[in-house]
Amino acid sequence: MSGAIIEELVVISGKGGTGKTSLTASFAVLAGNPVIADCDVDAADLHLVLAPGVRERHEFRGGHEAVIRMEECAGCGICLDYCRFDAVKMIREPNGRPSYAVDQVSCEGCGVCVRFCPARAIDFTERVCGEWMVSATRCGPMIHARLGLAAENSGKLVSIVRREARRIAEDNGIGMIIVDGPPGIGCPVISSLTGASIALVVTEPTVSGEHDLERILALAKHFSVPTAVCVNKWDINPSMTERIEKMAGEADARTVGRIRYDSGVTRAQLRQLAVVETDAPSADDIRHVWDNLVDLNPNP
Amino acid sequence: MILAVASGKGGTGKTTVSVNLARIFGSPVQLLDCDVEEPNSHLFIKGKPDNREIASIKVPEVDESRCDACGECGRLCQYHAIALLGPAPLVFPELCHGCGGCEKVCPRGAIREIDRRIGIVETMEADGITLIQGRLDVGVAMAPPLVRAVKSRLQSGVPAILDAPPGTSCPVIATIRGSDFVALVTEPTPFGLHDLELAVDMVRELGIPFGVVINRVGAGDDRVHAFCGGNKIPVLLEIPDDRRIAEAYSRGELVVDALPEYRSLFSTLLWKIRGSRGKERRAGHVRRDN
Repeated sequence: MSGAIIEELVVISGKGGTGKTSLTASFAVLAGNPVIADCDVDAADLHLVLAPGVRERHEFRGGHEAVIRMEECAGCGICLDYCRFDAVKMIREPNGRPSYAVDQVSCEGCGVCVRFCPARAIDFTERVCGEWMVSATRCGPMIHARLGLAAENSGKLVSIVRREARRIAEDNGIGMIIVDGPPGIGCPVISSLTGASIALVVTEPTVSGEHDLERILALAKHFSVPTAVCVNKWDINPSMTERIEKMAGEADARTVGRIRYDSGVTRAQLRQLAVVETDAPSADDIRHVWDNLVDLNPNP
Repeated sequence: MILAVASGKGGTGKTTVSVNLARIFGSPVQLLDCDVEEPNSHLFIKGKPDNREIASIKVPEVDESRCDACGECGRLCQYHAIALLGPAPLVFPELCHGCGGCEKVCPRGAIREIDRRIGIVETMEADGITLIQGRLDVGVAMAPPLVRAVKSRLQSGVPAILDAPPGTSCPVIATIRGSDFVALVTEPTPFGLHDLELAVDMVRELGIPFGVVINRVGAGDDRVHAFCGGNKIPVLLEIPDDRRIAEAYSRGELVVDALPEYRSLFSTLLWKIRGSRGKERRAGHVRRDN
């Protein structure tokens, strides 16, 4: 650690599809050369706007997988009995003898079957679960990743993306990291959120948005991350917007603005531009949200 | 029949498709909300929860009087959920996947398994729909065991619609595994297309028949249509980009109730799904919805 203060803004939402990535891309432009981290490693989209040029690629090894050597399997079935993840399947061989195989999609890599197989017929091989990349964009350096199909350990990959973003910020004397977070409140969200300087929750004025906001605010509080809220497409339901802003206030989250329902957001995406790089009407709303966020920053 | 409604990208309309399909199903149907991190179906299918059960996973508890600090448990655990630090192992329950390995490997029988609550499973009934939903406790990282707990309540013989979480990782796999058909919901935008491609790879890997629902048609471009056409993926339903749908959704209303002109769209979807997986069956098996 260099000791310099690095602000890390994490954009999250609870509910998916509320506009996290569109907003993050605009912030990346407005922040003036931040480090950008795409922590939605499951369905990363930020690169579709920021068009990164990949400089480095790294394999992500996220654990092990059990593989039964069929010819050495004695057919005892202990692996099937012990597996808690329904990953072991019995296969009846033509001669009627049972043998077993591991479904890699369901295997969580716990290694229990490997350890207890009396015939020692199960290999435990390290698996490549995806990759992470260091890239350059028109807005600044970017770390992004791609989780393999049906792969485990999204939280671990998120931790790597954040760690590398911080390293690049320190090495280059950059004071701000902007993180595009995943939807939900589970493992990858917790990995994206813990230890961040501030979380911006992007929500929408719908019954789902309201319901999910309550849970994501509770999560941010659980991990003691200061939180701000903005309502996207606020004019779809103005009275719900007011209810949501009231709820945010009661949860000690600051409201930092409203963004109007604007078809220009999709048009910007089609042109591979951040909304604030176009003349879409909502670009002004996004600038306003950004200004409010900067004002919240205790270390300007 | 078990139908899973999934999508790579969030917010494309999985819940909209699931709840409206359940509403027009025309016979008893189970609706399983497997988006346990953010369950929303209950906001549209309004019923009183008549059953509520706590869901747990098994985590270890160490009896220090029996432990001789051999460290076998920590060497087996792949998740760093139990580690020998000092005279006896320390348990980090939030990292535990509940594999049960440490309890089995302990040579002195010093480890037993206790329940750790991860969330609740609620069941409610409303107009022929049995809604079963999981609700993950805030701060709990692991959704898949709760998804499995929700699915364990599936009643065989009654058709089921599974509302999946967004993405393509473990909670989604836990949801769609074992289903007969997957409807992938997307929108005609670059983000929608990119995440659809990931979702298609996922269902192909799992070998489950699938089709695509395109929501907000007219808002973007035609690349999603071209992708489906080029890959011979059936487009099961196109929902137009209509601000009134977004407004009805915002109030917790079903599209088929608030905007009856869309009823036939969802009926057709149901009909196509039944047809695409039951071609070999007698035509008389296809049920009419209205």
